Formats: sequence, structure tokens, C-alpha cells
Amino acid sequence: MTGRFFAGSATSRIAITIAVLLAIAVIVPILNIAVPTGSALHVPNYVVGLVGKYLCYALLALALDLVWGYCGILSLGHGAFFALGGYAMGMYLMRQIGDRGVYGNPLLPDFMVFLNWKELPWFWSGFDQFWFAALMVMAVPGLLAFAFGWFAFRSRVTGVYLSIITQAMTYALMLAFFRNDMGFGGNNGLTDFKDILGFNIQANTTRSGLFAATATALAFGVFVTWCIVGSKYGKLLMAVRDAESRTRFLGWRAENVKLFAFTVSAVMAGIAGALYVPQVGIINPGEFDPANSIEVVVWAAVGGRGTIVGPIIGAVLVNAGKSWFTGALPEFWLFALGGLFIAVTLFLPSGIVGTWDRWQPARPARGTAKVDVVPERIVAPAESSGAHPMAGAKPQPQPAE
Amino acid sequence: MSRANTILYLDGVSVSFDGFRAINNLSLVLDKGEMRAIIGPNGAGKTTMMDIVTGKMRPDAGEVYFDGDVDLTRHDEADIAMMGIGRKFQKPTVFESHTLEDNLLLSLKGPRSILPALFHRRSTAETSRIDEIFGLIRLGDRRRDLAASLSHGQKQWLEIGMLLAQDPKLLLVDEPVAGMTDAETEETVRLLKDIAQTHSVIVVEHDMHFVRELGVKVTCLHEGKVLSEGTLDFVSADERVVEVYLGR
Repeated sequence: MTGRFFAGSATSRIAITIAVLLAIAVIVPILNIAVPTGSALHVPNYVVGLVGKYLCYALLALALDLVWGYCGILSLGHGAFFALGGYAMGMYLMRQIGDRGVYGNPLLPDFMVFLNWKELPWFWSGFDQFWFAALMVMAVPGLLAFAFGWFAFRSRVTGVYLSIITQAMTYALMLAFFRNDMGFGGNNGLTDFKDILGFNIQANTTRSGLFAATATALAFGVFVTWCIVGSKYGKLLMAVRDAESRTRFLGWRAENVKLFAFTVSAVMAGIAGALYVPQVGIINPGEFDPANSIEVVVWAAVGGRGTIVGPIIGAVLVNAGKSWFTGALPEFWLFALGGLFIAVTLFLPSGIVGTWDRWQPARPARGTAKVDVVPERIVAPAESSGAHPMAGAKPQPQPAE
Repeated sequence: MSRANTILYLDGVSVSFDGFRAINNLSLVLDKGEMRAIIGPNGAGKTTMMDIVTGKMRPDAGEVYFDGDVDLTRHDEADIAMMGIGRKFQKPTVFESHTLEDNLLLSLKGPRSILPALFHRRSTAETSRIDEIFGLIRLGDRRRDLAASLSHGQKQWLEIGMLLAQDPKLLLVDEPVAGMTDAETEETVRLLKDIAQTHSVIVVEHDMHFVRELGVKVTCLHEGKVLSEGTLDFVSADERVVEVYLGR
């Protein structure tokens, strides 16, 4: 199957990915719950938790791929949307604790009692309802991205400047969330969760359920991204990436094109964060750390940006590597990550999936341009270096004139 | 002067940037349906003039009117493109990672908002319009290839095709034959003459041979203003033009 996975066209590859995700959403929980512990087929609890976490990261990487791979917006602040989704979920989980907290206050979470707060801040109301929290998981990152993108894209902030301000955004949020006065538990964040939707959050059945939800959400994310990218809008998105001013002079509002993708991407990142928090049991301001957002970029780059499947592979591989490294050689992990990024940039600039595509000499995909049928009368050589016939090849964005 | 029958009307336009006066009290009038060639040495303000007309740059002073009564200085690029001004860049700019067909599809006249694009299904009318344009630019046999695989000259044609797909009233064509062979240049002359039958066109070009082939009224710009205007023979006989081109 691996052979077909790689050999097939991008379309069948994506279909296979969706099928695999949906399959593991069913099989892994069964192997965890129904198969006895001693059996060779049993999937231990820690594996369920670990892979569940990787899949959340994969969804985050996929969200980044939509804006970076397909629209050329290198966001170094996607961790912020992930963390905001996580906080929204964390607030719901905090309110589910009820009077089982250390201080036994039925309304206020422990940290508020500790800070001597007398009543629940207004922005915590409604989070006792799952539907409200679920809405906020998408709305908060979505609105922030919309507002941020509105100003940034309208002012035509692009390239490295945009990357820097996304980074500043997540850094500012980190500093804000570190403050106790913000009302999100300061430095310690939100933790000690008891249950979700009435199920004990520690139980392996609940964890399997969360795993299944994550795998399904990722499959759905792949499907949505695939639909977006395949539509005329998706073509426009790539057109903006490759020649923004051309789209403007054709009458498209490039800022709106970017804004839509950026907002959808932030919502996906928020959902990833919301699925992540109940599985790891904590959310704290460290999630806003700019370094986290940069790590997401590494995952997408390793897997291959602009390929949908690549960032998922990248996220799982790099995080599996991280899990192994931090166990075996903890002090070397950051060197390994840095080295990996440099190596990928130098040797695999289009990532694992992109490089694989380039090695396929005679793929029947539409990308295989018939370079040899250039009519004889055309002697002027293609002067731009972007003459790669592969669909995976990314012509450099070119300024007008 | 009356603006009534003009497609483009520039009066007393000036713009400077970085302390350099790129356009200096420029006045230029293009009648509806006219094709005009603009020549001039490097730095004469040809491209800057196009930037002003297409909304990329705002003039410091002067009037810019399109189609008689639309004040172009109040609109941005996307608005102006929707009103019916198409622009080909000096360096051919096409969507290299898309097929030729998709390049035209994205350029076709139609709604320019996000949701219609997201749920867009190609209609038969669009397909036949695309076929029609491929017939004009003669790239039909390459329609499924990536634009990146085109030669420099073919990219120029594709870009002109994209302009046509927009169905503009006025086309601004910046150096369409730069880097083309003689055969390609001839093809381009034919193409532009075809287009000029139903559109107003401004062609900026250095290549005098090409301008002669076009056989239209010529405006020579120098240091941001009109130096001479008339037939090519008249303009090239003008002593000031000779001076500017050959030096003193």
C-alpha cells in the first residue's frame, strides 16, 4: 500500500490518507479497549495518547499548509490559534470540575479562589456548556485571524514582514496569558481536568474516544482542505502565491483571497488545539511560545508544503523523533531539530512528499508538461528558472515588472 | 478639451518618488477604439504612466479619466481592472504553476468574490470563451501544460490572452515583443491588430521596427512628458526626438 500511496496521483494519495485516518479512528480504539492487555494486538494506553497528540499536531500542520503551502503566507504564529482553541476547551473542562476542585468552590475554578476572586469573570460565562465552548474553539481563533488578517493583508504586509508580525502576535499573547490578571490561570494555565461531556477524562475509553475524534477531525480537515484547494478559489489562492499583482490587475482582491484562507486555517488550528488539551490534560501559556509555531513550520517543511499529505507525515515523523530523542538523548533534541530543518532546506527543499513527486519521472498527472513539443519557431528559451515541469515544483513568486 | 469621446484622458499629471519626478505635467488623450504606440528612452515615465492609469500609483497632481467620466485616481487596481482596463506587465507575468487553461479561467470576466469562486463550476459558455481565446493567441495545443513550461514569447501571448479573457475596454500592453524572435514579433503584430479592431489599446515598446509594423499614431515620452506626437515618420523626423535618442 505504501507503494501505491506514493506512486498514485495526488488525488488518490489524499483519498488513501482520508481512508487510513478513518480506519485508525475505528481500529485503534478497538485494539485498545476490546483486546486484552496481554495480547500482541493490544494497543497500550500511552500509545493511544501519544498518537492522538501527534494527530492534533498533524491537523495544526495541515492548517499551516493551507496558508503557507498554497498561499505563500509563512505564518510564524499558528501556535497562537492552536493555543486559543486549547484554552477555549480548557475553560470548558475547568468548569466541568465543579465543586470537585481543591477548594470545593462550585462556581470558581481553583486558581480564581486562590487569587481571592469573588465572582466568575464575564468571559468565563457560557463555558459550562459544551456547545458554547465548541463554538468558541472555532470562533475565537477565527475572529482573531480575521481581524489580524484584515489589517495585515489590506496594508499589503507580505513576506518576511508578515512572518514577523505573526510571531509578534503569538509572543504578545503569551505575555498576556502569563499574567494572572488575564483570568486564564496565569503561568500554570488550566489543568486538573476531571471529565469531558460527563466521561472521566482519565478513563481509557474516553481517551480512545478522543483519539477517534481527533483522527476523524483530521480526516475531515484533509477533506475540506482538498476541496478548497481543488476549487477555482484554490487555484486563485495559488495564483496569489505565485503572482499577486497579476491577480490584482485581473480584478481579484488578493487581500480577501488571503483573508479567507487565513481564517479557515486558524479555525482548523483552533480545533486541533481543542482536541489536544483533553488528551494532554493541560494548557498553559507556553503553548503560545513562538518556538512552538516555528516547530510547526519545520513539520510542514519536512513533510512537504503544498501537498496536504506532506505536513501530516512531517508532523507525525518529527514528533515521533522528538519523543524518542527526548527519551534517549534529551539534551540533543534541539540540535537535532535545528539540524533537521537545515538539512531539509538544503537537501529536500520540497519536503519528503514533494521530493518523492519529483523523482517520479513519467507520472501521468497533469503536471507532466510536454516540454518537448515546443514548436520549432520558438527559439527564445524559457528565461525564468521556474521551468520545472512537476506539479510539486513551486515557481518562485515573482514581482510584477 | 472635451473628454466626451475619450477612453483615456490624462491632463497635467505629475508624480514624483524618491525625489525623482517620474511624470511631469503629462497630458495624453486616447480616443475610443484607438491604438497608440508609446515610445521613449529608459526612464521616460512609460511604465509609471501605466502604474497611474491602473491604480498602482496615485498622481501628485493632475486628472486621469477613463471612458470620459470615471476618475481613476479614486480607485484601486482591482476596481480599475473590473471597470475594463487590462494590463500586461513588462516582464510576462502568468500563473506558472497552473495550466494555460486555468490561467485563462482565472482571468475570465465574472464575479470576483470568494464564495462564487469556492463553489464555481465551469459553464459551457466559459469553456467556449476559453477556446475562442486559445484560437486568438494560438496556444490551444498547449492548454493542459503548465504555464511555467512556456517560452518567454509564449508567456507574453498567454498574458495577452488573459487580458482578453477579462474583456477589457482598454488594454495597456507593456513591451509585448521584448525577447521575441522576428517571427514571434510578426505574430504579435497580427494579434495586436486583431485586438485593436474591437478594443482601445496602448502599446509601450522600444522596438521601432515593431512600432512601424503596427502603423498607428505614436507618442514619444521624455522625462515624464510628451515630447512629440504623430505618425512614426513625423515623430522620428522630429529633431528633439532624435536628440533624445541619439544624445547631443
